[in-house]
Amino acid sequence: MGVALKTLTGNYAVATAVKLARVNVISAYPITPQTTIVEKLAEMVELGELKADMIRVESEHSALAAVYGAASGGARAFTATSSHGLLYMHEMLWWVAGSRIPVVMAVVTRTIGPPWNIWTDHSDVMDQRDTGWLITFTENNQETLDETIKLFRITEDERVFLPGIVTLDAFILSHTTEPVDVPDQSLVDAFLPPRKQPYVFRAGEPIIMGNIPRDLKWNMMMREDIDKAMERAKKVIEEADLLWGKLVGRRYGGLTECYRCEDAKHFIIGVGAWVGDMREAVDYLREKLGLRVGLIKIRYFRPFPREDIIKWLNNAMSAVVFDRSVSPSAGGPIFVEVLASLASAGVRTPVRGVIAGLAGVDVTPEDIANAVLTSVSEAEELGTFKQSVLWFYGGE
Amino acid sequence: MVFDDVVEIRFHGRGGQGVVTAANVLVDALLKVGLYGQAIPFFGAERRGAPVVAYARVSKKPIRTRSSIRRPNIVVVLDAKLSELVNVLEGLKPGGTILINSPGKPDIKGGFKVCYVDAVGIALRHNLVLSGWALVNMPIVGALAKILGVPVEAVEESIRERIEGRVGELNAVAAREAFNEVVCVE
Repeated sequence: MGVALKTLTGNYAVATAVKLARVNVISAYPITPQTTIVEKLAEMVELGELKADMIRVESEHSALAAVYGAASGGARAFTATSSHGLLYMHEMLWWVAGSRIPVVMAVVTRTIGPPWNIWTDHSDVMDQRDTGWLITFTENNQETLDETIKLFRITEDERVFLPGIVTLDAFILSHTTEPVDVPDQSLVDAFLPPRKQPYVFRAGEPIIMGNIPRDLKWNMMMREDIDKAMERAKKVIEEADLLWGKLVGRRYGGLTECYRCEDAKHFIIGVGAWVGDMREAVDYLREKLGLRVGLIKIRYFRPFPREDIIKWLNNAMSAVVFDRSVSPSAGGPIFVEVLASLASAGVRTPVRGVIAGLAGVDVTPEDIANAVLTSVSEAEELGTFKQSVLWFYGGE
Repeated sequence: MVFDDVVEIRFHGRGGQGVVTAANVLVDALLKVGLYGQAIPFFGAERRGAPVVAYARVSKKPIRTRSSIRRPNIVVVLDAKLSELVNVLEGLKPGGTILINSPGKPDIKGGFKVCYVDAVGIALRHNLVLSGWALVNMPIVGALAKILGVPVEAVEESIRERIEGRVGELNAVAAREAFNEVVCVE
């Protein structure tokens, strides 16, 4: 099949994917737990394994500015960051998306201070949800590698032309070593067409970008166009999954994967690395307790899988959404969007938002099973949830 | 609630002893014999000499669990004196195994399977010393492989892949000796 199993950390899986995508320009500023991605890439460049320019900068803001400039000039470009670094970069995320320049960034999700803390939660990337970047969450190092490669194709598709973020959870993916199938360069070359982008800045061919609009409606239309491109991306993501599946034999589903959903009455919804723990919880609840529980793994948070959520929850008895971040007084962002999706279709399935695992608090399969069990009992008894948002700290 | 198809391991060492490398070499070796592994470092305010931990999981199937290991099946102690500073037996499952770097049988109560190997002695035999410390992490992986039923050849090959040249070769030899010399008492 042209693949070889290697043991890689999540960060090395990203670096390997970036190398296989034949990236031309990399720029980044070190921050834990991202650092080993660009360290590895710097090593590849130094050894001549990857023919790319590594631009050293003094901050994350400059890192994305450098990558944005290179990508505007026609380069396939990459950066990576985490937590405070991503927040410092935030302004430039709007510039890249607003300019419709495809760029891929890895975000090793890490909580935000204070207090100072290096562990995982999804606060940093959720803070980017309105910027116009595609956002994909990955469950294991294999998916991290696969999705990083795919994101180059998806972002450079003319129906999309938007930048994209691939996330991996701090330490539990980024620094955890496990077997990963590394595809052959020829497969990646077959999968990734030459770079496309809406326009290219070239020396001697001046273009004006980002000037003050003469008509404010143009400005608004640009935002609407990003909205439409994000919707179009849904199909492009599915096509990429299908094509990658044909080449390497691994399919994940498009925007979502539904695990043991066929006859499910109750659903768990989650994103990122702890989806693995949720699978264990689903198996336990089904096999030991006979509960018909399914798991909706949201793979892409942007574009948001509204249609999938409606489809799976239309006749469900309840759903429990696990968020690893919170918008104070509104609940977790995934919870809010699941509710909005259901309301848009008139679906009245009771949904509970569980806020857990913030700041790296450990959540085990047992914890997840317990939280779901409580909710399922309540939904079956009352047909509703007395308390829609719960803060859950786990067992030990 | 138990999910027992996965063997969970906790390593206790000191900053600089190479516990993370030990866990990584173990996972490499598992892959060579068709087993799945996860090597999980734990980062805190480490510095050289301070107590550190790392974790690993071993399974016949791909491992889905990502949360931390609270009740390990096996505890591995790279420096016996650490038990004066931390409770190395914390959470160890009843009937679980402790592997300890020690020249003689350590006095450990609680009905655990106790394994010991003179990793310092083995390292010194091969002059595996760095900055005054005997390099015990690879012998410990060799002994752990014996306990897990992983062929020593897989460990030797993994060591050679991660540590180049003569030092890698010496470490591989040390791992084999520890594999052969480890003693377990029920």
